[in-house]
Amino acid sequence: MRDIFLEEVYRIMKREDIFFLSDDFGSPVLDQLRRDFPERFVNVGIAEQNLINLAAGLALEGWTVYAYGIAAFLSMRAYEQVRVNLAMLSQWRDINVNLVAVGAGVSYDVSGPSHHCLEDLGLMRMLPNMTVFSPSDGILCEEIADYTAKASGPKYIRLDGKALPNLYKGIGAEELKCGFSEIRRGEKLCIVATGYMTHRALAACESLKSEIIDVGVIDVFLLKPFDEGKLFETLERYDGIVTLEEGFVNKGGLDGLISSLLEKNGSRKSLAALGFKDAYTFDVGNREYLHRLNQLDEESILRTIKSMLD
Amino acid sequence: MPVDRSFLEKKADFVRRETLKIHKRAPETRLASSLSAVEILVVLYYGGFIKIDPSHFRSEERDRLIVSKAHGSVSLFPILADLGFFDEAELERVCRPGALLGSIPDPSVPGYETINGSLGHGLGVGCGMALGLKKKGKGNSVFVLLGDGELYEGAVWEAVMFAPQFHLDNLTAIVDANRTSMLDRCSHIIDLEPLEEKFRTFGWETAVIDGHNVEELHETFSRFKERTAGRPKVVVAGTIKGKGVPRLERDPLSHIRNLSPREIDALLADSL
Repeated sequence: MRDIFLEEVYRIMKREDIFFLSDDFGSPVLDQLRRDFPERFVNVGIAEQNLINLAAGLALEGWTVYAYGIAAFLSMRAYEQVRVNLAMLSQWRDINVNLVAVGAGVSYDVSGPSHHCLEDLGLMRMLPNMTVFSPSDGILCEEIADYTAKASGPKYIRLDGKALPNLYKGIGAEELKCGFSEIRRGEKLCIVATGYMTHRALAACESLKSEIIDVGVIDVFLLKPFDEGKLFETLERYDGIVTLEEGFVNKGGLDGLISSLLEKNGSRKSLAALGFKDAYTFDVGNREYLHRLNQLDEESILRTIKSMLD
Repeated sequence: MPVDRSFLEKKADFVRRETLKIHKRAPETRLASSLSAVEILVVLYYGGFIKIDPSHFRSEERDRLIVSKAHGSVSLFPILADLGFFDEAELERVCRPGALLGSIPDPSVPGYETINGSLGHGLGVGCGMALGLKKKGKGNSVFVLLGDGELYEGAVWEAVMFAPQFHLDNLTAIVDANRTSMLDRCSHIIDLEPLEEKFRTFGWETAVIDGHNVEELHETFSRFKERTAGRPKVVVAGTIKGKGVPRLERDPLSHIRNLSPREIDALLADSL
C-alpha cells in the first residue's frame, strides 16, 4: 500500500511545485523518488517536529508538501506541530500538506507498543480542518494520492505497513469524497470497518455464508469529512452495526464516528464496537496473534455477530 | 543603507509608549517581554530590512517575519498600525470582545504570517519558508524573532541543525536575549551560555550585540543582508526584559507582572 501510494506520488512529483520530506524513513520506491528528484526530496533526519514545521513553512510559500514517516511518530511525536502549524494555520492560510503515515494499527506487530498506532484516528479526527484518510487497498491509495495533489488543506493518510490485496476495481473522485463504500450488501447486520480490518470483516462474512447469515460490510476510507447523510442512509437499512478497527475503542476513532452519527440522527440501533481495549499490548507476536489476544480475530468477530443476531 | 539613529530612536520611544498604553488598556498583555524587543522590531521595520507593502501584505515579494516569542509581540501592534496595516483605532480595542488584536497575533492580523504562542515552532516554520523561497530563486528574507527562554524547546534545535545543512542564508534568527524566562533568570533555570558558541558550532554565522542599540542592530542586519557566506545568521541581541520600566528591569518575575494604570501614567509623563 505504501509503495502504491509512493509510486503515484512519484508520478505526481513531475509537477514541479511539490516537495517530499521524510524523517529518515525509506522504502524501495522512495529510493527512486529521491534519486530522480533530489532537489525536492529532503531527508530532515529523525526529527518529526521539524518535519511538520518545515512542511508548514514550505506550504506557506506555495509548495505542495508530502511529509512521510512512521504513523505513531508522525501523529503523536509531532501532534502539537500538526495542531498549530497545519490544522490551525490552514484556517487562515492556504496550505497543502499531506502526512503520509505508515504503520496503521499493529502493522509493526513485533516492534511493540511504541510502534503500534492505535490512537491516531481519534486524534486526527479531533483536529478541525484536517482531512483523514484510512484506505484499505491500493486502488484507493492511487485515487487518494491523486486527490492530495489537487486539494488544499492538511491531510492525514493512514497507510498499512503491509501490502494488502485490492478490494476495489476502481473508484471515482465523487465516490472518494463520499468517504465509504458498502462493499458487501447484507441483511440485518453490517460491519463498519476501516483499513486492514475491512479485509478481516470480509473474511468473517464469507465464513458465515455457509450458515446463511448475510452480513454487510461498509469500508470507511475517509473519516473526515465524509457524506454523513449518505452513510446514515446506508446504515438505516440494518438493524445492528458492528464497528471494527485497529485502534482503541471508545476513544473517538471509527466507533465514535458511527455512534455519534447514529445519535445525531436519533437512531437507537444495537451497536457493538470492536477494537483494542484500554491497555497497551506488550505481548510479542505477529499481527494475527495480537489480534487474537485482543479478540479481533475472526472467531471473536463471529461470536459478536452471532450474539447480536440472537 | 545609511542609519538615521535619531529617527530610529524616536520610533523606538513611540513604540515603547504605545506598548505601555496598550498594556494600560489591556493588562492581559505581556508587557516586559514586549519591551525587550522594541528596538529589534523598530530597526527591522523602520530600518528598511523588512519590505512589505501594507496594501498587498501577502505579495510574494514581501520579506517574512515570524515572532516566535509571540507573547512579546505587543510592541509589534503599534508598528503595524503606524505603517498602515490596520487602523490605529485597533490599538484602543486590544483584547476587547470582537477586537482584531488579542494578546498574541495570528494571520487574521494584516501583516502577520503564522500562529505562534506555543513556543519553539517559529524557527522550523521559518526554515521551511526560507527553503521554499530559495528553491523558487526568490531573494526575499525570512526573519524569526526568538526568546531566549524559548530555546529550552527541543524543536528549536532540530531547526538549528537543519538550517546550515541547507545553506539557508536568506534566514536570520534574532534571539531577544533578555536572560529571563517566566519564573526566573535563565542562568538559574538551565544556563543557556555560551549561546553564541552553540549556534556557531552548529554552523551559523553569529553576532552578539546590544539589542537596544539601534545603530548596532542596523549595522548587523546590513552586514547579514549579504549572503555570501551561504550560512544562516543569528543575532544574539542582549536586551533587558521590561526595558524602560525600572521596576520590571530589576524583577526576575517581570514576565508575569502587570503595571497599574497609575504607574503607566507616571512613566508616560517622564521620558522613558
